[in-house]
Amino acid sequence: MVTTIQLRVNGKDHTVKADPSTPLLYILRNHLQLNGPRFGCGLQQCGACMVLLDGKAAFSCMMPVDRVKGRALTTLEGLAGPGGSLHPVQEAFVQEQAAQCGYCLNGMVMSAVSLLSENPSPDDAAIRRGMEPVLCRCGTQARILRAVKRAAEADKSLS
Amino acid sequence: MSTSRRNFLKTAGCLTIGFSIGGGSFACSPPSSGKLPRSLSRFPALDSWITVLADGRVRIMTGKLELGQGIRTAIAQVAAEELNLGMENVTVDLAETGHTPDEGYTAGSGSIEGSAMSVRYAAAYAREKLLQLAADELKVRVSELRTAHGRISTVKGTPAITFAALLKDRQLNDEVRMPVTLKSRDRYQLVGKPVPREDIGRMVRAGPVYVHNLRFPGMVHARMIRPPVYGARLLQLDQGPVKRHVPGLLKIVVNGSFLGVIAEDEYSAIQAQSVLRGDTHWSVPPPFPEAARTDLPAYLKTLPVQTQQVAQAGDTAPAENGVVSLKAAYFKPYIMHGAIGPSCAVAFYNEDMLHVWTHSQGVYPLRETLQKMLDMPAEKIHVKGVPGSGCYGHNGADDAAADAALLAMALPGRHVRLQWSREEEHSWEPYGSAMVMEAEAGLDADGRIVRWQYDLWSDSHGSRPGGEPGNLLPARYLATPFPPKAEGFSGGAHRNAEPYYRIPNREINAHFFDGPLRTSALRSLGAFANIFAIESFMDELAEKAGKDPYTFRLMHLDDERAKAVIRKVQELTSGQGAGPGSGMGLAFSRYKNSASYCAVVARVSADPEAGSIRVQKMWAVIDAGEVINPDGLKNQTEGGMIQSASWTLKEEVQFDEKRIVSTDWNLYPVFRFSEVPEVEVTVLDRPETKAMGAGEAVQGPASAAIANAVYRACGKRIRRLPLLHHMGS
Repeated sequence: MVTTIQLRVNGKDHTVKADPSTPLLYILRNHLQLNGPRFGCGLQQCGACMVLLDGKAAFSCMMPVDRVKGRALTTLEGLAGPGGSLHPVQEAFVQEQAAQCGYCLNGMVMSAVSLLSENPSPDDAAIRRGMEPVLCRCGTQARILRAVKRAAEADKSLS
Repeated sequence: MSTSRRNFLKTAGCLTIGFSIGGGSFACSPPSSGKLPRSLSRFPALDSWITVLADGRVRIMTGKLELGQGIRTAIAQVAAEELNLGMENVTVDLAETGHTPDEGYTAGSGSIEGSAMSVRYAAAYAREKLLQLAADELKVRVSELRTAHGRISTVKGTPAITFAALLKDRQLNDEVRMPVTLKSRDRYQLVGKPVPREDIGRMVRAGPVYVHNLRFPGMVHARMIRPPVYGARLLQLDQGPVKRHVPGLLKIVVNGSFLGVIAEDEYSAIQAQSVLRGDTHWSVPPPFPEAARTDLPAYLKTLPVQTQQVAQAGDTAPAENGVVSLKAAYFKPYIMHGAIGPSCAVAFYNEDMLHVWTHSQGVYPLRETLQKMLDMPAEKIHVKGVPGSGCYGHNGADDAAADAALLAMALPGRHVRLQWSREEEHSWEPYGSAMVMEAEAGLDADGRIVRWQYDLWSDSHGSRPGGEPGNLLPARYLATPFPPKAEGFSGGAHRNAEPYYRIPNREINAHFFDGPLRTSALRSLGAFANIFAIESFMDELAEKAGKDPYTFRLMHLDDERAKAVIRKVQELTSGQGAGPGSGMGLAFSRYKNSASYCAVVARVSADPEAGSIRVQKMWAVIDAGEVINPDGLKNQTEGGMIQSASWTLKEEVQFDEKRIVSTDWNLYPVFRFSEVPEVEVTVLDRPETKAMGAGEAVQGPASAAIANAVYRACGKRIRRLPLLHHMGS
């Protein structure tokens, strides 16, 4: 059952040997030793496992790894710029201290990056819609909303 | 190693601080009373708390775990402050047996009062000792010295000497004794400031923050096959198919009805779990009683109880002339912790030594319990706390650690990582107990409460491991099982059952039942339900008395700090009025009647026809005494309000005749972004007063404020949680 699979993650090519039905999440976490995407439910209900698939937020916990061959995958690790400079969304989460336990933060940041790439100036309702798939249990949503707004503002001032 | 430290390592693990033992039991004494903070008085040796590192940094050891509450940052702040160090020069090691002091559980909003205050005194005492060493070394008086950036120099500017150079490879091992001179507040650079959390920086960079991220060479992956329902026993198991069909399977671990699989690869472990589950047969325990499903509050009141009188004063007999009576009953269902990351642990067994990495809230109590479950000596078990997903109380963390320990002992020499599934966490965690609350009160002609009768019914809010193997889920299913401990003490149920108001005649009773579901400590324990009931009832009484909710509460309070939070929230929300279909509701409590003061106002829109409630905005005013980190306090209070609003509106663990049916986020919905209210927290800082536990203070008042707002919005008084399930009934 184990086959060789080529993946492009965070701009680098990887070859992994795995059962092609393995959910992408486990390949990223175990084969590539990435910490960004996390296991939360395995049911596409909570968003802890979010990655960017061709730039759009996608659940990785149920997606068989052979379905993403040849597509551009980005994880939380891949957002920072050269030299480790933070992406505006990451920076905004730090500025707003938008975490408690932080377990959901991967899904929040990845969803926000995806949202802002499609809609650089979202209003409150659009942000809530964009972030709806991701659950936070500590109740940091209020801070996360502020962080996404801050990131949108920062993006605007850059462009 | 000093004698004191050796003693501490030897005795560590013998003492357990229960979560629910008495309100405010973690409270430290204020400096003026001359007593050391509690943890420090138990472990007075400086080297239990502080290590000076060769590179100039200082390491602090705390017996508490970072749960997302920001305790690591608050502890670093007080240490850096007393030692005149930058935040970057203080590193904090979290709970670990044999390394940090045994501070029991990270629970009950006790970490600032217990641990941070101990660190403050230890650091201040260390500064004194270091200054004395420097004075001897430099042959000057202490008063001629100053400390900055981990160096000591004379005020005249003699070349600075570092802490490490002064100590010459030794550590300070003096015992801290009063008096300790604390840094004066007017010189504070860090305490009271919103110092950012360093760990959030690591989180956004995808750093390995969590126990879930631990990786060891040769680490293998495990999954559990749980019984289909509480109490089912494994009758039959066919290992053939899983061995044939799942490559990479290393071990099937069977011990009675404890059944787990270990595989080289995580996905193989998941497949093995799925295959093996289909090849097991289990006994069928008695169903959940039908009455429990049709009318849970009524059913719970039929159960046998142990009754404890919580408070009694004066004469509560009714039928006094001119007194108007009011009576109401309230209900809170079972609710779950619902960590976003299901429980996880890593264990490693080699040469008779067991290591466990866990997000348990109490590494020492867990070790004591594992020791009994495994019949091993304490010194052969090492338990290290590593942050996990936020837990909000006693969830599956300890159980997963015990699972991992049992699995690792079946496969010595390999690190075994156990990850619970979503279904396991939802189905097997110990829930916050369902509670019934009945209140009756009498008002005199002036609208004052003259008598108050309050009865509550609850299961236990405290079944943490605490040295009882039967409190660990896997121990109940071993070939030689440990039975669940019969609950002798359920103190957390009546947390905040006594109103903080001046009422001359009062009687409060707690009735403890043994209910159908597994229960334990969930953030604020019984206070959430008691405050929901008391503060809903206060609004009902206010209306009966013809008073507004603010006046009515203020006229029953003597404590100026209590009045101050209520007046402040009134000031902040006046003019924030609600439009048609909307309403504002108030609630107040002082957590445990001895910790933080908190007043909340909620603004909601409610439509009984549509059965809808939308919480638009919530304001909280909190007085937690001296504030170490105002942004940390705000973060906890904002989050607590949102979490409590979710509990209040939506959450209820449900079960059918056989099993828990709330097994995932669709079947147990919690707030998503579209439902989250705007929140605003105002902190009343009182730097001259004792720092008080705050992390759970808002849970209760947030709930009642929403229920009171719903009444004002649409005239519907809902006394049963969750509100949305009863909006139409």
